[in-house]
Amino acid sequence: MLDSLGSVLTANGLLTAFVFVGVLVWFSYEASERLTAGKLHGSAIAITLGLLLAWAGGHYTGGSKGLADIALLTGIGTLGGAMFRDFAIVATAYGAQIDELRKAGLAGALSILAGVLLSFVVGAVVAVAFGYSDPVAISTIGAGAVTYIVGPVTGTALGASSEVIALSIAAGLVKSILVMVGTPLVATRIGLDNPFSAMVYGGLMGTTSGVAAGLAATDPKLVPYGAMTATFYTGVGCLLAPSLLFLCVRALA
Amino acid sequence: MVIYGVALLAFCMLVGALAGDALGRLVGVEANVGGVGIAMLLLLWLSNLSRPRLQLALPSQSGIHFWNAMYIPIVVAMAASQNVRAALSSGWLAILAGTLAVMASFAMVPLLSRLGRRRNPHA
Repeated sequence: MLDSLGSVLTANGLLTAFVFVGVLVWFSYEASERLTAGKLHGSAIAITLGLLLAWAGGHYTGGSKGLADIALLTGIGTLGGAMFRDFAIVATAYGAQIDELRKAGLAGALSILAGVLLSFVVGAVVAVAFGYSDPVAISTIGAGAVTYIVGPVTGTALGASSEVIALSIAAGLVKSILVMVGTPLVATRIGLDNPFSAMVYGGLMGTTSGVAAGLAATDPKLVPYGAMTATFYTGVGCLLAPSLLFLCVRALA
Repeated sequence: MVIYGVALLAFCMLVGALAGDALGRLVGVEANVGGVGIAMLLLLWLSNLSRPRLQLALPSQSGIHFWNAMYIPIVVAMAASQNVRAALSSGWLAILAGTLAVMASFAMVPLLSRLGRRRNPHA
């Protein structure tokens, strides 16, 4: 009986994920209403619970995909993978205002450059503070603070050690998780309540998963605007970090 | 037909992914540059262009609205499949670098928003 339950759930992984996520979302929205009187958004609770479960899953299996490494729950990895994520983000654009996108175009583009530069500098300064003096390592860790994709791309291009590359990925992961959890908490204070500031926010944060979850937990109507700028961020980071920014670090080091 | 909306959405996404890859190769970067953004613009453009002769019928629109509504559950699944353990067990350097980068970026949001608005009073 238990065997056949397991094999049905595994064989229909994506459907198992629908049920699992459905229950998790239901529980979170109930908790939001009953425990916080709706003050803490249900989606914010669901995302935070998701991250906690991911930590537990990683702890239990020793794998790198959170809950999705548990055989019964591999469908969560499919549902939450890049394909469905990007598909749903594009769907949110339906109904977005083209005028709003145009109005914030320049500020959005500027915020991408400012965001890549700022995160890189912060990451590089932390690396120096921890005693790194090799420009390759400093740049790779700085690039990791940009996103967890820019870090390894830069590290590989510059020939950094695998230990430094792993650190850069970890820095990017910390950033993305913190953006997911932190955005709804600071949203009012940083004025994140309109398409214009959402585009600036997407360009400054840049981590696609962080921005996607952060805006979902704040106001889903803002998703297309933030996603629009965030989608260019990793590319700009991969372009600048191993080239211009590395040369600057080497000149200073 | 619902499938028309889903097909249009998937078509936009595939074209965007291709264009983002091409853009990345053009600037010599091993990453997709702006694929999702290009797909979103294409969807907006096509769904506005198709008026009035090809305007999406309500059932077709519901194919797009469904995926729009699935956004939060998908994001929850994404959160549940993150490598949180690696992020938290990697030591102080990574935690500090990530945290300070986020705090600095949060602080810049109101600054850049205000700057952008001042230059563009109609925004």
